[in-house]
Formats: sequence, structure tokens, C-alpha cells
Amino acid sequence: MAVVQTRALTKVFRAGQAGAVVGVDLESREGEFLVLLGPSGSGKTTLLRMIAGLEEPTSGEILIGGKVVNDRTPRERRIAMVFQSYALYPHLTVLGNILFPLKAQGVPRAERATKAQWAADLLGIGHLLERRPRELSGGERQRVALARAIVREPSVFLLDEPLSNLDAKLRASARQELEQFQRRVRTTMIYVTHDQVEAMAMGDRVVVMNNGIVHQIGTPTEVYDNPADSFVATFLGSPPMNLVEIGEAVVGFRPEHFVPAEFPSTGARVPFSFRVESQEYLGSERILYGKLEGGRFSGKRVVSRLPASYAAVPADGAPRAFGVDGAHLKFFEIGTGLRRDPLPLG
Amino acid sequence: MGMRRQRWLGPAMLLPAIFYVVALVGVPFLLAFYYAVGDVKVGSTDYHFVGLHNFASVLENPAFRRALQNSIVFTFCSQVLVLIGGNVLAIVLKEAFRGRRLLRFLILLPWVAPVSIGTIGWKWLLDSLYSVINWTLIHLHLVDKFSPPMWLGQPTLAMISVILVHTWHVLPFSTVILLAGWTAIPKDIPEAAAVDGAGYFRTLFQVTIPMLLPIINVALLFGTVFTFTDMTVIYILTRGGPYDTTQVLPSMAFFTGILGSDLAEGAAISIFLLPVLVLVAWRMLRTAHRTEMA
Repeated sequence: MAVVQTRALTKVFRAGQAGAVVGVDLESREGEFLVLLGPSGSGKTTLLRMIAGLEEPTSGEILIGGKVVNDRTPRERRIAMVFQSYALYPHLTVLGNILFPLKAQGVPRAERATKAQWAADLLGIGHLLERRPRELSGGERQRVALARAIVREPSVFLLDEPLSNLDAKLRASARQELEQFQRRVRTTMIYVTHDQVEAMAMGDRVVVMNNGIVHQIGTPTEVYDNPADSFVATFLGSPPMNLVEIGEAVVGFRPEHFVPAEFPSTGARVPFSFRVESQEYLGSERILYGKLEGGRFSGKRVVSRLPASYAAVPADGAPRAFGVDGAHLKFFEIGTGLRRDPLPLG
Repeated sequence: MGMRRQRWLGPAMLLPAIFYVVALVGVPFLLAFYYAVGDVKVGSTDYHFVGLHNFASVLENPAFRRALQNSIVFTFCSQVLVLIGGNVLAIVLKEAFRGRRLLRFLILLPWVAPVSIGTIGWKWLLDSLYSVINWTLIHLHLVDKFSPPMWLGQPTLAMISVILVHTWHVLPFSTVILLAGWTAIPKDIPEAAAVDGAGYFRTLFQVTIPMLLPIINVALLFGTVFTFTDMTVIYILTRGGPYDTTQVLPSMAFFTGILGSDLAEGAAISIFLLPVLVLVAWRMLRTAHRTEMA
């Protein structure tokens, strides 16, 4: 087991163009599940590929287990990677796929069989060993890819959106399997995804990226409750955080914290008048879309998310007394989007 | 009305293809069998059935056995060269680099240019007196000025020359087929092999080439047909010489049957091509069938 570290890591694909990854400083912890989260084109996959040794950094350093590995080939880095497509060898059986890394590393024949069996049992694919990849379902392929990755006991696991090829139903169970797998093997995992649900559910810590830059690194609770800037605030959460401009700053609050006045409050509540324009009933919850009224907030579009069990649903068109607890208000600077000191409201 | 039209439309659309195959493949094919068991000569309308006499006489002829052996050597050597060269070129050409389009065009040129013109060019390059190749070698002091190699005049050199020129001609075709195969391999797969710890040659021989086998098979089968039945290069460069040492079955059939007026024996010689072609056709159909299944 080892930690992965990057120092001012930068990748520029074409000179003169914006970098795909810009000055990323990162340090994983021992046995951690670290998630790189960002929209497509945010540089998260490029960052992962640089750690794997498949992409050469333009500048900066990569360290694995405390040693700079910039000049080492992927095989010398002792990492394992699960690709988005799984990249199974189509001409080999499942067993052949699992044995391949062992053969490549010159593991003695007798030991190979034992290890392959161990990996196959760990992932519950012992009955599939003679099949070829094209005869497997998406979930089975994922497990074979994991078995192939774990079999040589790598120091670090890199995973590039391994769940994106599965349908929604399978994805939830595969996510749980992956979590349990990580807890069992306790190897450092770096996991790339654009899906905030995956990031929140699985990550010990989440690295939020956009345009090649790291916006925030923190536990799921930290990045959700205490976003470092307005990008993190709006990228996490569905519907995203409400952002309302108030002259010299932007104030943000999550839809679930924007509630009718009669909801119990935990401290000083800032009142708003909210005119609902439309609503969506989603079974477990209800999303209200509308505008704020009165004062300097007048006309700003906001969203509220209420539990479906709340009976006194506001009617469309009528203004209602809503409010947000002061502790749930986040303030951001206007130009940079960075967090700033709270301002008095009202 | 609509139904009735559909009933004859299908067969009508097929008719040109059927006519083409029957007239240009079926009839000559049957005619070859008919001639091979007769005593047909160019310029005579007589026909007497002679049974297997022509086959017996062909088999006794040492020149025929030599031609059969040459055909096998010619086909085997050029296909080995084509497969190695085609794969090397495909590996180079699949990468993105400056001037790739121009290079692709230049490499394709020998295939699209008329083979006879290209071969006549080679005839001059290999000429005993005016050879540019020899001129260069002499000036580099690599060969003796007074007895330079006779590229088309010495049996072994002549065989090597025709094999190389034929390889030059068919290489682009295989390269294009193999290039399609190489570019169809997802980038992830060799990358996964690299992460799994495989070096260049392990990835090449245990991952990429096994994945390419169906495509290599297709290139090889087409190449074998083109080579085994072709006589253009040999006809222009050596005319089968010196002393029949580069004679192959198609050129021998042509020289015997057309230029030597013995149509019957020419037909008998050409029928010896059949087993190889049947084998190739059978493997092609099997490959096609397997690809359909996969």
C-alpha cells in the first residue's frame, strides 16, 4: 500500500492552449477511497492517466510511495487500472485475462494458478473462468476487470468511470459491491467519475475538479455542506444550490434548506417571500420552482425541495412565507466565486 | 399487381451477376476441363477425347514439376514478406505524424498503378547493362565493377527479384487491410496491457496480433489468390527464365497453351491450380462465417 502524491502536476496537450490539468497538488491517504469528481472535460481522466503513466505530464511531479515516478513506465509503478470500457482481452478467456498480468510479471506457474483462483473467488466469478469477455454481462465484465487488477496485489488502484457502462439498476448494486471490495482489500483507490452520487456514496474524500483545476478536496460532507466556491456549490446537489446576487456578494442556500416559515428552525432564520410558479412531485420529495419577492431579492429565481410528506403544499401563484436558517447561508465573492465572510441580510 | 412485380424483380436484379459469373467464370472453368481431356490445338477445330493423357504427360515433364515448386516458393515467400511488411507499415501508418497522408498515398501507389507499367520500370532497374541498382552498388564499391549481379539472369537472383517485385506490387493491398484491423483495436487494450506490466513484444505477440488474426487471415487468403494465379511480374521480368527457373504454373500454362498452341496441355496445367484455390476459398468462407457469428 502506498500513497499517491502529485506536485504542481500540469498537462498541456497543445502548446498555447489551456491546460487539461493545471497545477494539481494532491495527496491520497493510506488505504483511502479518493474520488476525482468533475464534469466531462474537467481533466480528471487526464490526471488519472498521468498517475498511471499512460500520459506524460508537461510539468510537475508524481510520487507513489514517496518516490518520484515521472520517468517510470506503467509496469514499474505497480499500479492497477480499471478502464471505463474494462479493456478485457477479447481473445482470452476470463482465466486468461486474470493470468495475463501474472505472466507479464514472471510469477511462477504454480503461484499463478493459486492467485488467479484467489482473485476469482474474491469477486465471485469462479464459474465464469472458461468464458470469453463477449459472453459476459456488463456487471460480470466489471468483476473480471477488478479481478485482473487485484490479482497482482497492486499498491494503488486506479478506476476510470467503471460504472458508467452499466444500466441504472445494476449501477447501484455494483457501487455497493465496489465499496465492499475496497473495504476488504484496503488498497488505496483513486476513482474518477462525473456522477456526484457515486462520489458522495463511495468517497472517503472527494476532489472536485473543473477546467483542469482542483476546486476543493474534502470529505463528502465537507464539499456538500461547506463548498469552497460557487462551482462546487452548484456542481454538487440536485437541484443545485440556489445562488442569489446581492450587490457586493452572492448568497447561496440549498433547496432543502429553503423551507416554509413554520418548519422548525435551529437558530436565527432569515425570512423570504416565495411565489411558487411550478412544482414537480417526485414521490419522496417535491421540488418547487419560483421567484423571491420583496426587498433586494425581488424577482430572483430559486428552488425549494420539500419532503413529499409535507401536506400544506403551497399553491402556484400565491406568495408564501419561507425562510433559510442563518447557518445554511453561504457567501461567495462575485468575480472569483470564492467563499467570503457572511454579510448581514434583511 | 405489386406482388407480381416483386416476384420477378428480385431474380431480374440478380440476373446480371449470374450472367457475369456463368459467362466469365463458369464457362471457362468447364472449358478448361473439356480441353484438358482432349487434344485441342490453337487453330484447329478437331477434338478427340484422350482421357487423362494430358495430365500424365504434364506430370512426367520435369519443367512442370519445377514450375509447381516455383509456384509454391513464389507464393510462400512473397506472402511471408507481405505479412511482415504489411504489419510493419500498418503499425507506422496508424500513428498520427506529419506527412502521414502523403506517405499513405505513396505506399498505395504500386497497387493502383497498372502492374505492367510498374514492372517495366523494375525491368529497367534490374537490367543487366543499364541497372540503376548496379550503378549505385558499383559506385559504393559494394560489387565488382566487371561482374555485377545479373538480377534477372541468374536463377536464384531471378527468383528473388520476381518475389521482391511481386511483393512490392501486392504489399499496399495487404497494408490497407491490416491498417483497418490495427486501427480497429481500441486504444484501451494495449494500454491495459502496459498497466498489467507487459512490454512491447508481449503486447504485440500475446494481445494485438492474436486480436488481429481474423484480419491477417483475410489478407493472407486474398494475397495467396493474387499471387498463386498471377503471372504478370514473371511474364514481364523473366518470361519464366533463365531456363524455366522462374516459371510458375500460370505462366507455364500460358506459354504452353497460348504461345505453344497446345491448348489441351495448357488447360491441364492450369487445372493443377484448382486444389490450392479450393482450399483458399473454403477457408475464406469459413472465416466469413465465423465473423458473422461473432
